Amino acid sequence: MPPVDAGGPPSRSYLYYRHTLPVRIMHWTNVVALTILLMSGLQIFNAHPALYWAGKSSYSGVPPVVEMGAREGGESGYVGYTRIFGREFNTTGVLGLSNSADGRLSARGFPWWMTIPDDPWLSMARSWHFFFAWVLLINGLLYVLYSIGSRHLSRDLAPDRRDWRSIGRSIRDHLRFRHPSGDEAKRYNVLQKLSYLLVIFVLLPLIILMGLAMSPWMDTVWPGWVDLFGGRQAARTIHFIAAWLLVAFVAIHVFEVIVSGLWNHLRSMVTGRYRIVEERHEPLA
Amino acid sequence: MNRSPDAERRRFLSRAFGAIGAVALGGCERLSRSEWFPKVLGAGEAASSAVARAVTSRRSMAQEFTEADRSPMFRSNGTAEPDTDAYRAMAANAFASYRLVVDGLVEAPASLSLADVRALPSRTQITRHDCVEGWSAIAKWKGARLGALLESVRLKPDARFAVFHCADPMAEDGTDFYYESIDLEDAFHPQTILAYEMNDTALPVANGAPIRLRVERQLGYKHAKYVMRIELVPSFAHIAGGRGGYWEDLGYQWFAGI
Repeated sequence: MPPVDAGGPPSRSYLYYRHTLPVRIMHWTNVVALTILLMSGLQIFNAHPALYWAGKSSYSGVPPVVEMGAREGGESGYVGYTRIFGREFNTTGVLGLSNSADGRLSARGFPWWMTIPDDPWLSMARSWHFFFAWVLLINGLLYVLYSIGSRHLSRDLAPDRRDWRSIGRSIRDHLRFRHPSGDEAKRYNVLQKLSYLLVIFVLLPLIILMGLAMSPWMDTVWPGWVDLFGGRQAARTIHFIAAWLLVAFVAIHVFEVIVSGLWNHLRSMVTGRYRIVEERHEPLA
Repeated sequence: MNRSPDAERRRFLSRAFGAIGAVALGGCERLSRSEWFPKVLGAGEAASSAVARAVTSRRSMAQEFTEADRSPMFRSNGTAEPDTDAYRAMAANAFASYRLVVDGLVEAPASLSLADVRALPSRTQITRHDCVEGWSAIAKWKGARLGALLESVRLKPDARFAVFHCADPMAEDGTDFYYESIDLEDAFHPQTILAYEMNDTALPVANGAPIRLRVERQLGYKHAKYVMRIELVPSFAHIAGGRGGYWEDLGYQWFAGI
């Protein structure tokens, strides 16, 4: 794409059209859908705040790998705990036991400010979750079709030979918070490409598939397919882990956006236009 | 003071994002409690139901397990013992006085004793019970095939749903009896049975004695316990809250396949 505001007096920077309208719309649709899916998902988790790995059901005689709850004890009379592989951690105030929105202490997995709705309300959380699951799925399918059709995938996302060779340097650059400028800033760097591809083609399909594995109706498509993932309870655990891997991705993504120019990136994901600062500085007259 | 256009834009953007965030978080709570928004969310359920049925056959079978997969303890959820004198009296004499009524849009209404139900064509299956809460448990069930029973009473052409009226009152004052409904596709599904045995013994009271429905492609709350009457209807809009089940009336999805 040519510079947008070429012309006028010579300048050291110009706006570059970086993100097309469909990509911008689908990006912000994902922000909304994933946020709601996470928060309503945590509310659904709270209905049975335990995760299992072994066994074909949650009552197989094998204890859960993760469990949250509240029991009597401590100074206030109750303690919130999180048990991971049999080791118990006191997580009062956040996990297992926390204040509800109106300040009453209540036994619940994740606290009210992390869930939709605030208060325990499983049926409403399911309504939110399964509506926005469709939003995510349709948005994701449109994105993949668009990315192939517009060559966004082959042009911008697929790593080329130069990318593979620069992987070591890219890791060092990221660790030093050094970010590309000039023409290099017009393209995704190799770590960025790989993490986007991982999210688009591995994590998101996996979390959707593990959601379907929990559906007793979808299990009947090919009886036994859920066992390929260790059974329904293991699928639920993988769904949960994949959700937090997506949270980790978003945390790193937002961190990188902030350290490499928050406003420039925000503008480019809203208007499409990203300011490129040229590396060669002409002396000012 | 003159602000640069960039600073203006930043101020605008940061306010816009802050406002969107605040509205979004407070708004979800309001939307949940509104009249109209849950109906919009209902489109998700409609899509799930339509797609789930489109990608499976009418007779797609739920996974069946081995004896070794059975849960050491099969959890009792919901009612553990119906709190009525009528039920207690019936349980006290081993359900000798129990009658399963089949009526509504049928040519030959029936009233079956437990022995009559046990004499119907049966099926035995080891299946996983998936609760809407997220847990699951595996047990072996033996019961009368609902399809065979419905064939024997001959449905009228406008029958579309089977409604299961149960013996357990859900309100403190002994009213508001549990009920559920399924469509005829599920009713005639080979794995849909009126279970009278669990793990090779008579169905315990805690699990729905003398009879509970097994409708294996759906979540636990569809599997009505303490079934007393099966009513064939063209629509369930006139029953209780009109949404086809006790939990459905409280906002749960009628299609519990997901």
